[in-house]
Amino acid sequence: MKNFKRLLYFMNGYKWIYLLAMISILISQIFTTISPLIIRTSIDNIIGDQIIVNPIIKTIVDILGGKDFLRERIWIIGILIVLVAIFRGIFLYFKNTLASKSAENTTKKIRDSLYDHIQRLPYKYHVSSDTGELIQKCTSDVETIRKFLAIQLVEVAGSLFMLFFILYIMFGINTKMALVSTIVLPITFLFSYVFFKKVKRDFTASDEAEARMTSNLQENLTGVRVVKAFSRQNFEIEKFDKKNKDYQKLTFKLIKNLSSYWALSDFLSMGQVGIVLIFGSYLSFSGELSLGSLIAFVTYVNMLIWPVRQMGRTLTDMGKANVSLIRIGEIFAEEIEVLEENDDNLDIRGDIEFRNVSFEYEDKRKVLSDINFKIEEGKTLALIGPTGSGKSSLVNLLPRLYEYTEGSILIDGRELNTINKKLIREKIGLVLQEPFLYAKTIKDNIRLQDPSLKDTRVYDAARIASIHNDIKSFEEGYETLVGERGVSLSGGQKQRMAIARTIINNSPILIFDDSLSAVDTQTDISIRKALNNRKNKSTAIIISHRISTVSEADLILVLDKGKIIQRGRHRDLILEDGLYKRIYQIQNSLDN
Amino acid sequence: MEEEFQGKNKLNKSVWLELVKYLKPYKFQFFILSLMMVGLGIIDTIFPLLTKYAIDNFVEKNSLIGIDSFGLVYMALVLTLSITVFAFITLAGKLETQMAYDIRSLAFEKLQRLSLSYYDDKAIGWIMARMTSDINRLSETISWSLVDLSWGFSMMIAITIAMLSLNARLALITLSVVPLLAIVSLYFQKKILGAQRRVRKINSKITASYNEDIQGARTTKTLVRELINLEDFSSLTGSMRDSSIRATIISSVYLPIVLTLGSIGTALVISYGGQAIILDIISYGTLAVFISYAAQFFQPIRQIAVIFSELQSAQASAERIFSLLNEEVDIVDRGGVLDTYGDILNPKSDMWPDIKGRIEFKNVDFSYKEGEKILENFNLLVYPGQTIALVGETGSGKSTIVNLFCRFYEPVAGEIYIDNINYRDMPQNWIHENLGYVLQAPHLFSGTIEENIRYGNLQATKEDIIRASKLVDAHDFIMETESGYSTEVGEGGGMLSTGQKQLISFARAVVRNPRLFVLDEATSSIDTETEMKIQDAINKVLVGRTSFVIAHRLSTIKGADRILVIKDGKIAESGNHKELIRKKGYYYTLYTNQFIKET
Repeated sequence: MKNFKRLLYFMNGYKWIYLLAMISILISQIFTTISPLIIRTSIDNIIGDQIIVNPIIKTIVDILGGKDFLRERIWIIGILIVLVAIFRGIFLYFKNTLASKSAENTTKKIRDSLYDHIQRLPYKYHVSSDTGELIQKCTSDVETIRKFLAIQLVEVAGSLFMLFFILYIMFGINTKMALVSTIVLPITFLFSYVFFKKVKRDFTASDEAEARMTSNLQENLTGVRVVKAFSRQNFEIEKFDKKNKDYQKLTFKLIKNLSSYWALSDFLSMGQVGIVLIFGSYLSFSGELSLGSLIAFVTYVNMLIWPVRQMGRTLTDMGKANVSLIRIGEIFAEEIEVLEENDDNLDIRGDIEFRNVSFEYEDKRKVLSDINFKIEEGKTLALIGPTGSGKSSLVNLLPRLYEYTEGSILIDGRELNTINKKLIREKIGLVLQEPFLYAKTIKDNIRLQDPSLKDTRVYDAARIASIHNDIKSFEEGYETLVGERGVSLSGGQKQRMAIARTIINNSPILIFDDSLSAVDTQTDISIRKALNNRKNKSTAIIISHRISTVSEADLILVLDKGKIIQRGRHRDLILEDGLYKRIYQIQNSLDN
Repeated sequence: MEEEFQGKNKLNKSVWLELVKYLKPYKFQFFILSLMMVGLGIIDTIFPLLTKYAIDNFVEKNSLIGIDSFGLVYMALVLTLSITVFAFITLAGKLETQMAYDIRSLAFEKLQRLSLSYYDDKAIGWIMARMTSDINRLSETISWSLVDLSWGFSMMIAITIAMLSLNARLALITLSVVPLLAIVSLYFQKKILGAQRRVRKINSKITASYNEDIQGARTTKTLVRELINLEDFSSLTGSMRDSSIRATIISSVYLPIVLTLGSIGTALVISYGGQAIILDIISYGTLAVFISYAAQFFQPIRQIAVIFSELQSAQASAERIFSLLNEEVDIVDRGGVLDTYGDILNPKSDMWPDIKGRIEFKNVDFSYKEGEKILENFNLLVYPGQTIALVGETGSGKSTIVNLFCRFYEPVAGEIYIDNINYRDMPQNWIHENLGYVLQAPHLFSGTIEENIRYGNLQATKEDIIRASKLVDAHDFIMETESGYSTEVGEGGGMLSTGQKQLISFARAVVRNPRLFVLDEATSSIDTETEMKIQDAINKVLVGRTSFVIAHRLSTIKGADRILVIKDGKIAESGNHKELIRKKGYYYTLYTNQFIKET
């Protein structure tokens, strides 16, 4: 119910249009069912010489000039048939376009809301999210809902309207014949409904087999060097063949089930027509049914068979829409970050102070404990320590990607968690270790935060990040497309791109989370030199495994298991027994 | 992906001719299938004739003579129809899935044979699309278009014959609408398909945007790009909405036109047929049959444009698949080598000589692209058991040397000898079977840790695997995982950290017990202390094996027997660590840059 309400919410503003679409299909179906009646009347009463019993039809025939007049000019009937078809078509047009307008607008709203909700979900959500599943929810589940609105619901409504009109007309002509003409319909409907419910399993099995095959293929392709270096081609072929065969078998099984469905439902449908013909012959023999009526019955049965058959399938498909709404609801149920809790706006200089800061994840895993340090505007802080020592967690606290659980962090003397997330993130440039590039041009990737920045600013940032020459060497320079569809950059180039797009904003605080690891030593040095030469020097925090990268920092913190175990400047730390000296010696040991 | 949306209209004869070659094994099935569809078209034509029979003989004559045998014939025909439907769907399904399976097997085998150079300039998604959607589309379209076409044509022919023999004049009048309907259908279907193609194109952009939305969420947060992102996305979904509605409008205009044209057919039948009945030229039954036929005849015509466009995109798929199947393999073993030693897929490994590990590059030239020489007249001699470290900037040629040594590529000029045998005189996997290879970005396959280590040596026992893991210091962390060696590593090893993956890939190389070893920047993703541990392991592993080591971190390569500083494809400096430090050349600068000495 909650999910249905959500759907109604998204339909806001387009509900009436949707209702109009429903009314259009209703009118269109009236015209659909009239056609056979016209043919019946012309066969029985105009061409044939039976007396018109129905008063409505009699009135219409009289308006058109009477029986004998029409008998001389049968083309008038022809025009009538064409007119009815035109009207039917016009209302079908209304139904389709109105339903589409309403559904597409609703879908757009769902898509936009999903997109925005996802990007506003907290950092911790994204660390552990399953990309494939999320994308599936945003694409195929939304598509299921769109289809439900744009096609299935109106289609089922249309079929139901038609069913009722035709039943009404049929029972009006001849009750016995009407009963005989519809006996197979419930069976056909139930059969298709039950069948498609059951066959869903086969559809899933085939889809899953395909997914297994695809991921096997993907692994083989990404690992092609390993396969070749270990000459495991035969092994891989055998492995793939199993998945390929499996997919083939399960898909064929599905098709075979479908073929028995179509065969059986064809049997039922055509059998129904046969029954109508034979029973109709009996009734006309006994004078209860006219020829025109018999032809009308045959036409009506043919009209009903297809929608009734489809309805079973559509109804099972519509069940999917509910599931999709639930799945999308799961995303909306996740709480999002509030970027602007208040409307404070302050300037940030870049003093940072940690006082007894501790931090643990929701599962109570303690990552940082009792962190104390202070660093002034324009100075450089370096963090070094083994993997998992808490370096990244520490810097992630600053842009409030995570909230510290104990102690206090002061930025320019102000408690960090009272500063708006939006503001603090704008003021802190954080370069991630594995940067993500958008499917845009290099230029747009560098001025990501503000697309209106001038080209010269972009070039300057690229020069400082030592990526300018790399970019110039590409055929299309700064207009080169990167990301999934574009040129693939090396790890080092990506890191330098990330540095460029971060420093372009002149943030008062810059954080490099091991973001020079894939860059060679000399480039590393020239980037740091260029940064130091900038006019307004930012406060910098650098995480690295390389002693040479951290050695020039004003303060070095050595972290282990979430605690600061050593602190000081390079020249002091190398004299002190401890982890720093050990790392230094390993990296710097001269054999003689 | 983009290319799939470009409608190529030209008929490519050579593609279809080539396709026929691949279809040969199924020609019997195709023949039976077409026969069935012709039968079905005829059955569909007979049903209205039975209606006519009932009207003319029972209703009009007001008798019931022969109605029981009529019932029997009718039901027999219904039964035949059902059986045919069952048989043709089953057969077409078999054909479709079998074809997909066969082509996919062929293509996969081809992919395994292709040299690394093929993979250099191709995105994985590009190959994946060929292997999945293209193959599916081709086999599906070929099977089902044949079904639709042979059914449609045979029914239209059968109906035409039936109508002409019933009443030629009325037949011609009924069919007079057909050309118009065909033209209108072709025109609109083309438009509709074009519009749908645009929708699909935008749709794939939306999917890509969601991908960015999710994968780039952290970047978005750190750059506070939420508002701009939503604006961009909203304009994308806006154009999606507009083109979807436009596509619906086009098809919603088409539908009334078709309905109207169809009703003109019916109207003509009623007008002329009605007169004919009054003049006693035809029977009521004949009129009824013509009304049915008018409706039936239009069905396949409305489909034809769709089928042709499907065939068109199938042609494009076929072109792409064939370009993969016909791709020339860069490194091919010579004929004589094949006979004696076998090839990649059928090796005769007992004929191969053992490798001691003497490597010699003699006057080797190499370029990836013509004109851009990476190596020129490169010479190198490595004695069995030596460890060679390669140092140099990105693009200096150190990876190329390793690629050539592994025979992932072959020299453009000059030769490489292993134990004095020109390696071109041996099959490619002669080297590979003797090679331990550890990559910069470790790649694992989904499966357990044990299976991943065993990848190095399919005959390895559990003990061998544990021994290898202990040697590279992986045993302890493996035992700490949930199920030890039976822990699933996830797709691409996603359940493990990069460092852990790296250790497992070390164990995988070690369990092979190879004569030759390559470490390609293998330790860059591990922190210094762990690296030390691995360094010990590496030193143990490399003893007695000829090996090449590439690394940015000099600490990794200091223990090498010989360090080669590669610059612009040439050996700029050569010697061990002490010698090179003493030389105060390029190596010395590099070294001191990285590790500033305290003053």
